[in-house]
Amino acid sequence: MMEVNEQIAIDHGLKKEEYKKICDLLKRVPNLTELGIFSAMWNEHCSYKSSRIHLKKLHTKGKKVIQGPGENAGVIDIEDGDAIVFKIESHNHPSFIEPYQGAATGVGGIMRDVFTMGARPIANLNSIHFGSTQNKKTKNLLRGVVHGIGGYGNCMGVPTIAGQTSFDRSYNGNILVNAMTLGLVKKDKIFYSKAAGLNKPVIYVGSKTGRDGIHGASMASASFDEKIEEKKPTVQVGDPFTEKLLLEACLELMSGDSIIAIQDMGAAGLTSSSIEMASKGNLGIEINLNKVPCRETKMTPYEIMLSESQERMLIVLESGKEEIAKKIFDKWNLDFAVIGKTTNTKNIELFFDNKQVANIPVNTLVENSPMYDRKWKKSKLPKKNRINKTIFKSLKIKDTLKKILSSPNVCSKEWIWQQYDHTVMGDTIQKPGGDSGVVRVHKTDKAIAATVDSSATYCWAHPLTGGKQVVCETWRNLISVGAKPIAVTNCLNFGSPEKEENMGEFVECVQGISEACKYLDYPVVSGNVSFYNETKDIGIKPTPTIGGVGLIKDYKKMITMDFKEIDNIVLVIGKTEGHIDQSLLSRIILNENNGPPPEVNLFNEKNNGLTLLNLIEKNFIKSAHDVSLGGIITALSKMCIKGNKGIQIKKPKFLINEIEYFFSEDQGRYLIEINPKDLKEVSKILEKNSVHYDEIGKIIDKEMIIDQKTKLTIDELKSYNTNWFKGYMV
Amino acid sequence: MKSSVITFPGSNCDRDMDVALTKFGFKNKMVWHNDQELPKSDLIVLPGGFSYGDYLRCGSMASKSKIMHSVINFAKSGGLVMGICNGFQILVESGLVPGVLLRNKYLQFICKNVHVKVDNKENTFFKNLDKKILEFHIAHNEGNYFCTNDQLKEIEDNNQIAIYYCDQNGNTDDQINPNGSIKNIAGIFNKEKNVLGMMPHPERMIDESLSGEDGSIFFKNLINNIK
Repeated sequence: MMEVNEQIAIDHGLKKEEYKKICDLLKRVPNLTELGIFSAMWNEHCSYKSSRIHLKKLHTKGKKVIQGPGENAGVIDIEDGDAIVFKIESHNHPSFIEPYQGAATGVGGIMRDVFTMGARPIANLNSIHFGSTQNKKTKNLLRGVVHGIGGYGNCMGVPTIAGQTSFDRSYNGNILVNAMTLGLVKKDKIFYSKAAGLNKPVIYVGSKTGRDGIHGASMASASFDEKIEEKKPTVQVGDPFTEKLLLEACLELMSGDSIIAIQDMGAAGLTSSSIEMASKGNLGIEINLNKVPCRETKMTPYEIMLSESQERMLIVLESGKEEIAKKIFDKWNLDFAVIGKTTNTKNIELFFDNKQVANIPVNTLVENSPMYDRKWKKSKLPKKNRINKTIFKSLKIKDTLKKILSSPNVCSKEWIWQQYDHTVMGDTIQKPGGDSGVVRVHKTDKAIAATVDSSATYCWAHPLTGGKQVVCETWRNLISVGAKPIAVTNCLNFGSPEKEENMGEFVECVQGISEACKYLDYPVVSGNVSFYNETKDIGIKPTPTIGGVGLIKDYKKMITMDFKEIDNIVLVIGKTEGHIDQSLLSRIILNENNGPPPEVNLFNEKNNGLTLLNLIEKNFIKSAHDVSLGGIITALSKMCIKGNKGIQIKKPKFLINEIEYFFSEDQGRYLIEINPKDLKEVSKILEKNSVHYDEIGKIIDKEMIIDQKTKLTIDELKSYNTNWFKGYMV
Repeated sequence: MKSSVITFPGSNCDRDMDVALTKFGFKNKMVWHNDQELPKSDLIVLPGGFSYGDYLRCGSMASKSKIMHSVINFAKSGGLVMGICNGFQILVESGLVPGVLLRNKYLQFICKNVHVKVDNKENTFFKNLDKKILEFHIAHNEGNYFCTNDQLKEIEDNNQIAIYYCDQNGNTDDQINPNGSIKNIAGIFNKEKNVLGMMPHPERMIDESLSGEDGSIFFKNLINNIK
């Protein structure tokens, strides 16, 4: 075997000091296999070495939290003995190199994280971000990613119920693919990754190990350069069929009492799964690598340990249960092998051809892994732009609305989500295109709402405000469908942590997320960090993605955004101040990219949201939609399009002009439809709770009429909203 | 009434079908693809999904699985067999219904509501149905029905076309065709009309909270026809 030296360590992505630390910890020079294991465990992706110190500040506790960050996924209580397991994860780097497989295995990986805990996946979501629509790579990347997500999720038979797609120049060299899965489990049947007991058999199940994905996690821990094409072999290849079998086999085994601990082989494959189980159980683990089922011949210990072949699981079984387990995996035609046992050495010991090929104390790989308090730079709140009011007067509402409705980040994404099976499992009661996706909890009256969101532009303008805003946006999405928000998962996508600006963006976004989560009692229960989203020194806009989950106790009370009935009246909940900076209006129409994002007032956010939930509970609300990108008029347009009904709008008498009123992106606002007979009662409740509201219009047939001057038919609105995307993808 | 739903490795609408059949009064049993014998049944359903990962060709490997010998015998002796989506593909591959299912014309998976026109009510599946146009749901990548001209003539002569894709008024023009199927065919019978293969999923339309309720109409009618 090749002799290890400092240069080889550096080629593995380790820093000089880190290599020295390894030698010090081992009190010797590691061999190549051991070095490979260290590099896999100590890279940014697996060790969180730059983020750990800050992630501790996240708000992670709450009454409904059964399991917070640190396990395969987070778990929340949804009453009656049921729990929801969920997590979001990035697969950015591989998806840029190979969009189909990158995205597919991202979806496969996150589903495995969820069913590893004993939960049957019931919904998938995704948040995907591409470069400018003018960029020549964008279309192919988009097509590949969408095919990949669909290819995997559809085959698994798990509905993809919601998502988010955005385009921004900053993703030209680094697209983002964040996949989220929710699973359903009984509270007393949750499985964890903590090994326990000595001499317990360690079982390998699933696909065979091949040479794909070697060093995938290290690849995802570095920036891209011109040699990116050479990294293709580090991308894993997915097989959703095998994963479907693995899901059914695991759930079948989990219905018994054979499993002590279970961990999927995700990033860093057999290495991280075995070490994680041993570390959590404070045990050692011994593995005979000759027993590992391999797809190819002559694989070396180094390759076996670092392969990221998909659809594999590691299980610590109760002694004597091997036969029961083997029978189940045979039934599903999956590999099953006893490859080792738990030990009391607290070391990971690997054997190959009867020789020991690695022997490393587990704590050196986990607790002693590097942790950095990197330098970071605080962002100042940008100065407000002074917009000349005469510009507003020159803008026509109709033309402006047309441009905004047909802009890539607002237009309908039907072209995407029609390629995802969103109705399989027979419980999807709110499909993609709404504020949140909603699935019923099978055979109960309950339903789970889920949403995923990010606001890179706001985060870029001011990370602290942006961090808060994303959390609030998901909170509003859940409230808008009538769900009580419970908890979130976060996927933190940033540039290189080794740059002070990027690190500052990270630190302050995390702070914003934490503040909002704490105030809203909406804890973070799982997540991941993706740094080094950078190509040739150009990083992405900071993009923390938040996946929010909420509960609807009686699914018949779910709310949708489509206008329901003519003559009903529409109210705007929350105050419109006319904040234009960083809005779509500012960026698309005024070509102004500077200025602060809209302010987030957590008190109003919570108060408005909970008051609306109260109104929903009392059956006053016929339809609801939160106000976000593009402001009130954009939100109203979508309600018209979905309901195939019009609205007669009258701008309330405010100091701000109509462009500011209709297009500003002030936070904490919703649009609600109520029956005129309920107006008195609804106003009373809003006033009693000090919630600001404006009466803005009345639902009519097939036309949007604004202050008697501007008229648009619903068909016009529809064509603005749907045509751009279809035209683009042809 | 007794029904059986076959689970192949990779089936993923088997549970949904079980829920639907049970809801409308069938005593349903789940049958594993590796079993030899079918339980006593009035209806056999091959559910949707990705049997064997859709590898080789959709439905091809499943059509050779052990239980299919019994399903084929059951069909040949006049038993009612219904294949939905991947089940339709399995029926085609096993030769129980004519034709093939190609990749969708626009090379994309499609998941959406569609309308279908019921053309032939002289069979157990659609007899007494009081609607001519149903709103169903499709979710597939290979639903582009194709056959030779000779086959098509035979199919038409024998009234084997079960349902056509159409708009809400029943027009079956090209524009409404979601996947490129010849003649807008969404479902087809064998000659004897005791075997039905169709791409749409009625089991996803059985509740007002779901995509629609025309699946309920279909299943209620079906069980009444079998009784």
